[in-house]
Amino acid sequence: MAEVQSRVNGGGMRAMADGLRRHVDPAIAWAFGCIVLVLLVGSLYSSSFLSPQYLLQQLKVASFLGVIATGMMIVILLGQIDLSVPWVVAVGGMMATAATGWGAIGNVLAIPVGVACGVALGIVSGIGVAYLRIPSMVVTLAVNAVAQGLMIVHTGGFSPQDASSPAMRFLATGDSLLGIPNAVIVWMLVGVGAVFLLTRTTFGRTVYAIGNRERAAYLSGARTRLVVMGAFALSGGLSALGGVLLAGYASKAAQAMGDPYLLPAIAAVVLGGTSILGGRGRYLGTVAGVVLITLLQSILSVMQMPEFGRHVTYGVVIVAMLLIYGRGRKHSE
Amino acid sequence: MNGDWPYRLREHKGTLVAFGAFIVMFTLYAANHPAGFSANVATTAANKGVLLAIVAMAQTLVVLTSGIDLSVGMVMVLANCLASSIVVGSPLMTTLGVLGVLLVGCVCGAINGLIVIVGRLQPIVTTIATGAVYYGIALALRPVPGGDVTTGLADALTGQLPGGVPASVVLLLALIAIVWVPFRRSAIGRATYAVGSSEVGAYMSGVPIRRAKFVAYTLSGLLASMAGLFVTFITYTGEASAANGNTYTLYSIAAVVLGGVSLFGGSGSAIGAIFGALMFRTIGDLLFVFNVEPLWQPLFQGIVLTAAVCLGALRLLRVRNRLELYG
Repeated sequence: MAEVQSRVNGGGMRAMADGLRRHVDPAIAWAFGCIVLVLLVGSLYSSSFLSPQYLLQQLKVASFLGVIATGMMIVILLGQIDLSVPWVVAVGGMMATAATGWGAIGNVLAIPVGVACGVALGIVSGIGVAYLRIPSMVVTLAVNAVAQGLMIVHTGGFSPQDASSPAMRFLATGDSLLGIPNAVIVWMLVGVGAVFLLTRTTFGRTVYAIGNRERAAYLSGARTRLVVMGAFALSGGLSALGGVLLAGYASKAAQAMGDPYLLPAIAAVVLGGTSILGGRGRYLGTVAGVVLITLLQSILSVMQMPEFGRHVTYGVVIVAMLLIYGRGRKHSE
Repeated sequence: MNGDWPYRLREHKGTLVAFGAFIVMFTLYAANHPAGFSANVATTAANKGVLLAIVAMAQTLVVLTSGIDLSVGMVMVLANCLASSIVVGSPLMTTLGVLGVLLVGCVCGAINGLIVIVGRLQPIVTTIATGAVYYGIALALRPVPGGDVTTGLADALTGQLPGGVPASVVLLLALIAIVWVPFRRSAIGRATYAVGSSEVGAYMSGVPIRRAKFVAYTLSGLLASMAGLFVTFITYTGEASAANGNTYTLYSIAAVVLGGVSLFGGSGSAIGAIFGALMFRTIGDLLFVFNVEPLWQPLFQGIVLTAAVCLGALRLLRVRNRLELYG
């Protein structure tokens, strides 16, 4: 009897494990596992790494990267890449602070103006990729150069205001609900929107379809070019929103403010199990990737590891993690 | 010659266009230079151009395999920092130092190659991560800018030969003759093109794809370290500057594209990329010559880059079936 019971239990366990495996992407599980590991290693060094204050503070810092990585993820799902992040982030921050300088109306318009400028740049990239069929790596590089040129003329020629508006500071540094930082709430809203868009709308399904095979998506009647352009516009807008938040956080916008966000954004998306070739990946993975990268950077700097060590560890960890779960197929498969 | 000239012309079209565009731009530049076109002007222009050209060559090798190397700039920075410490002293020490720097470049490229080939990771992500590692090592070598380099060697390679010919141009020609031409003509070089055109097809035809990729990545590291050496010869110091590394990585992609090398791999040549790089540099110089306000220069450079990239869209006019657009 006991034997039978245990066999039944074993069967049930196996069925459950199978079910889990079907529902949980191993890459995402690994990424969350690594987050726990990083926190445990950190807590050996100092117990304050597990305190709610520290974790909330890290989530707040992570939310800037999170918003930017959301746009990057949508573009990567298409099988494309957006290298224009550095200066689109700067455009978002600088145009928002410049709009603040217009007075009372400017205060209201600051955030929409910043985001709209990002969307406009994203649309330019999107037209290049979708309609002119130029590789996204080149188009976004060119748009990045143009955005840089525009901002240099803008700041040098018109010396606009570079202090952020109260609303921007409120979004980036304040906390309203149960002590949850507003920046985290913004990221949550963006994330919920992205999940809805990717899983529940035609747009999202088409993004995945294009990432798998654009020709097939086109032949099945999807308006692939419009969707590609839309995805780049979204990415531009979200990068700019990240810039707006960053400008609010630092209470001013600066020229190189977007530089440290391009590579971490790509790394976060890929560490979260999204295929860089497109068509496969879930938003939860990106969340895990963003949190993981932020924690890694923070813990390494709190441990007072010298800067060079931080860069080396950062690179080694990314390669090591991808070697564990992000490998491609063999030719013989 | 043989009956295959239309094919050969098509094969080298990108290179020829880049060459023509560069000649036109450079003539404009030389004819309008305010101080008159002297040997000194040519040498300064050549040093800047050759530096980017070497990085573009490094990028080309990887792009031909349909990969991308986002760590070229960082390998260059690492080589620069290393060179400022070891390429100094007696002639023997200097020689050993140069060899050491080149060896480190090869190792960096080989590591990229191994991770991509054996680890089966995507080149773009791999080189982002290894780039961070190489930058970290550079920072460890040179926490603050400084160092020194054998002045004689540096001046010889960045100065002029008798007759006013910039030495860097000769260096570039030598690199083409020693690295690129033998590579292109070897079986491995052809295998690189085959891998870039169709990896599955190359695999099925028994092309040594792993060896071809490995050689391409390693040579790319070697060329990037040569660029790093050249930076040291120009500046006499080593500086672990992330901004420099990233700028050169991005510029090298731009140069490769302007030079008619396909980012999808399997088509184009390092010669094209070299002219792409020289062209990219001349754009900046032209803006200076035509008295464009310095403030507006980056914007114009961006717009010219965008326009050049959009020229690639001209192929759309020849598409007969819309399905050809979708890969």
